[in-house]
Amino acid sequence: MAAREPRSIAGGAGGAAEAASRVTVAPRAAVRSPWLGQALENERILGFLLLSPTVVLLALFIAYPFVKGVWISLTNATVGNPGQFVGIQNFEKVFHDSIFQQATYNTFVYTALATVGKLALGMWLALLLNRHFRAKRLVRASMLLPFIIPTVLSTLAWKWMFDPTFSVLNWSLYHLGLIETRIGWLTDPTMALMSVIIVNIWRGMPFYAISLLAGLQTVSPELHEAAAIDGANGWQRFWRITWPLVLPVTMVVTLFSVIQTFADFQLVYALTGGGPANSTHLFATYAYQVGIVTGLLGEGAAVSLAMFPMLFVIVIIQLWYIRRVEGA
Amino acid sequence: MAQVMMKDLNKKYDEVHAVKDVNLHIRDKEFIVLVGPSGCGKSTTLRMVAGLEEITAGEITIGDRVVNDLPPKDRDIAMVFQNYALYPHMTVYDNMAFGLKMRKFPKTEIAKRVGEAAEILGIQELLKRKPRQLSGGQRQRVAVGRAIVRHPQVFLFDEPLSNLDAKLRVQMRVELKRLHDRLETTAIYVTHDQVEAMTLGDRVVVMKDGWIQQVGEPLELYGRPANRFVAGFIGSPSMNFIDVTVAESNGSLFAETPGLRAKVPPAIAGRLGPYKGQRVTLGIRPEDLHVATGGDGNDYSFDTVVEVVEPLGSEILLDVKVGSNVIVARVDPTVRAKLHDKMRLALHPERVHFFDNKTELAI
Amino acid sequence: MAGRGGSGAGMVEGAKWKKWVYFYVPLGVFVVGTLFPFYWMFVTAFRPDGELYRPWRAPNATPFWTTHPTLEHMVYLFKQTMFGTWLYNTMFIAVISTLISIFCGLLAGYALSRLRFPLAGSIGTSIFVTYLVPPTLLFIPLANIVRDFRLGDSPWSLILTYPTFLIPFCTWLLMGYFKTIPKELEECARIDGASRIRAMVQIVFPIATPGILSAGIFAFTLSWNEFLYALVFLSSPQQKTVPVGVLSELIRGDVFFWGPLMAGALLGSVPVALIYSFFVEHYVAGLTGAVKG
Repeated sequence: MAAREPRSIAGGAGGAAEAASRVTVAPRAAVRSPWLGQALENERILGFLLLSPTVVLLALFIAYPFVKGVWISLTNATVGNPGQFVGIQNFEKVFHDSIFQQATYNTFVYTALATVGKLALGMWLALLLNRHFRAKRLVRASMLLPFIIPTVLSTLAWKWMFDPTFSVLNWSLYHLGLIETRIGWLTDPTMALMSVIIVNIWRGMPFYAISLLAGLQTVSPELHEAAAIDGANGWQRFWRITWPLVLPVTMVVTLFSVIQTFADFQLVYALTGGGPANSTHLFATYAYQVGIVTGLLGEGAAVSLAMFPMLFVIVIIQLWYIRRVEGA
Repeated sequence: MAQVMMKDLNKKYDEVHAVKDVNLHIRDKEFIVLVGPSGCGKSTTLRMVAGLEEITAGEITIGDRVVNDLPPKDRDIAMVFQNYALYPHMTVYDNMAFGLKMRKFPKTEIAKRVGEAAEILGIQELLKRKPRQLSGGQRQRVAVGRAIVRHPQVFLFDEPLSNLDAKLRVQMRVELKRLHDRLETTAIYVTHDQVEAMTLGDRVVVMKDGWIQQVGEPLELYGRPANRFVAGFIGSPSMNFIDVTVAESNGSLFAETPGLRAKVPPAIAGRLGPYKGQRVTLGIRPEDLHVATGGDGNDYSFDTVVEVVEPLGSEILLDVKVGSNVIVARVDPTVRAKLHDKMRLALHPERVHFFDNKTELAI
Repeated sequence: MAGRGGSGAGMVEGAKWKKWVYFYVPLGVFVVGTLFPFYWMFVTAFRPDGELYRPWRAPNATPFWTTHPTLEHMVYLFKQTMFGTWLYNTMFIAVISTLISIFCGLLAGYALSRLRFPLAGSIGTSIFVTYLVPPTLLFIPLANIVRDFRLGDSPWSLILTYPTFLIPFCTWLLMGYFKTIPKELEECARIDGASRIRAMVQIVFPIATPGILSAGIFAFTLSWNEFLYALVFLSSPQQKTVPVGVLSELIRGDVFFWGPLMAGALLGSVPVALIYSFFVEHYVAGLTGAVKG
């Protein structure tokens, strides 16, 4: 070990052998042969190696299914029968399907209204939580519960709250004198879509609130003080100082949320199953109905895939917008 | 009339009593400086005037209005923050115009005022830039500009120069003073730097632990400090304090401690009478000590041993040992002194201060 | 907080009532609105059937609480359904998936943020692009693939597929943490004789512990929350997870057994909520860290 010239440490041939021989603690069992140890010092080899479990998993369970999904959508496969290639027949059928059209409309309305609702309420709550008050930590932690608790379970609670006969909401509204006839939360088609949106807002608003709160905290309080002295009232301070400065965070949060909401399944499935009269079907629930329940895999896959281009466009628009806002 | 009055002002944060019974009458057009160490309550007091902190007890009047319950935007004040607080997403022009926009000034008036302020501060070239493209000094000017355009009744400054490097600080100090002379508006300025306080203030308010220690013109604070804290805070290098006993001999009073025996100047002797035989603190500024010459009698001279020599070029600071005390003397640059030299110093009799050991008040 | 003598932090805002209207009332409404469904879940779970099924127009002496709490629904839940098994399944799947995801996330995050190698950028981007391909797009072909790999109706079908949406997030989060650890620390370790892997495991990973905890609690809660894959890949009652089991086994046709349903929902929520409560700060840090990019 003596009489070796100093070598550079930056990986490369021979470096690891050097390092291995200089290690004073017992060498790890992993470095059994100088060749392996040397390989692991190489940035490139190590990089690929470290990424390999991830890449394998994602390739197997995302890339491969995606390709397979495209293939299935081009066949008339059903459960247990791989079927034959039929070209874009499934897509044609699906696009002319009135329920699919309804589901498209529903998904866009659902995503748009729920996102606006979550953003507005989330921002409001973030502004409230940005002040100091006793029990702030407790409140902040409990506010996240709708987001933490499994969606299906909390949605069931809402379903019970919306129950046509036993709704506690109807009970309260009636006894407060605000309604005479019951509100068909889940029984009236238009109302049902609203109810689903309400539950989605309830569930997703905490995500917005906590993320936006973090964004708000990066805005120095001195800026608000300066604005207050400059003559801005609360609303003006929000619009002209807070909002522009928090915009980058807002856009990122919205991007995440829109993807999730657009591809939502659990909430609608648990609350209405897509009804009444298909008024709450989204792409995902309809795909499930067609593909799994009815067993028409080919068509179901087509419905699922119909989501993709629109999702893609939404994401591109938002990424572009984020880039613009951050550059400004 | 833009006078500012603080009556029995108090501020409590839960357990901490940050500002205690502050009473201050600031005259119109006056430039008053609040100075003191960190935590003394000066910033809190300023922020209460601004409306950025609620008042626990007491009253603040700006002009002829009691402003306790008025939000900041209605108090007709402008503030320059330590960290400038410029809106990062707006240009310099928009930063300066913001306050006027909030008050719905017409565009032409805004342009006029911003132009004027930019000219006064020399930042006309910067109007289209954003804060992150500016240097510290430039940002500070923009912050001042933002305050000027509003033509407020009172300017508030919260340690505006603390974030600048030393040279820039001196330069900006001079500019701020000129600005005040030009604008003739009441100003309240907070700093922890006593040099800033002395050079900028028409009057200076020294604070400690939430209390006002003394209010007065700079030279008054320097020459006649009301207590030991003010005496030690104002002036750099700070005043020397020596524990002495008051003794009587031949009808005169002497201040005594091992190694030092100085006569109490007749002017002060009367006040020191009650302290005969007791211990008091003697205070003498480094600049009021000089190398003893033949002309100085024995009454005010004493022997010392040189411990540290700090030649500054314009003067020499000597750390000398007197008995068991080490004091600092500021002497002529021509004085030759070496480590361990014996040196006889004399003090200026008119400029000796005495402080009560228990109350720390000046005697 | 009332009156002038309060703790006093904050700007003067004018009249005192403003604080109530603009702050306390909205905050109160948010808190009540957010937590009421859980409260209702709780009350219903312990309410006897007799009290439970009272129509909305009927007067009710104790509408919002019950004076005769009962455990009959809990008992039904455990005796008549395989709820205990479901709890175990869900927990098992969540823990293993989380471990796998953190393992992959650590390695991938380190590689992407610390090492230079060709295609790093592309691979990195493609990992995040998988976020664009949500489970609802893949579940149909995946059902076939899972069957082909003979994983159907077993927890492994989930344990291997959950990481597909957990890993990108864990990677992203941990990359953020790694970026804050100065390179000098590793370089120093390697000069001292450690191999790259050793430096990674013994220096970088321990410092990133808060990030690991954040990623872990986030992955754990996301696992519990998953439903579609569990619904499609599992069929026999003893394999089901809590959300699937509660939804499928407590509803017979059109009849909803609300008491046991709410009991199931409540008990199904408790483990997650409990574990979350120990790691709140980490969860919030993880959430905000990911969003702030």
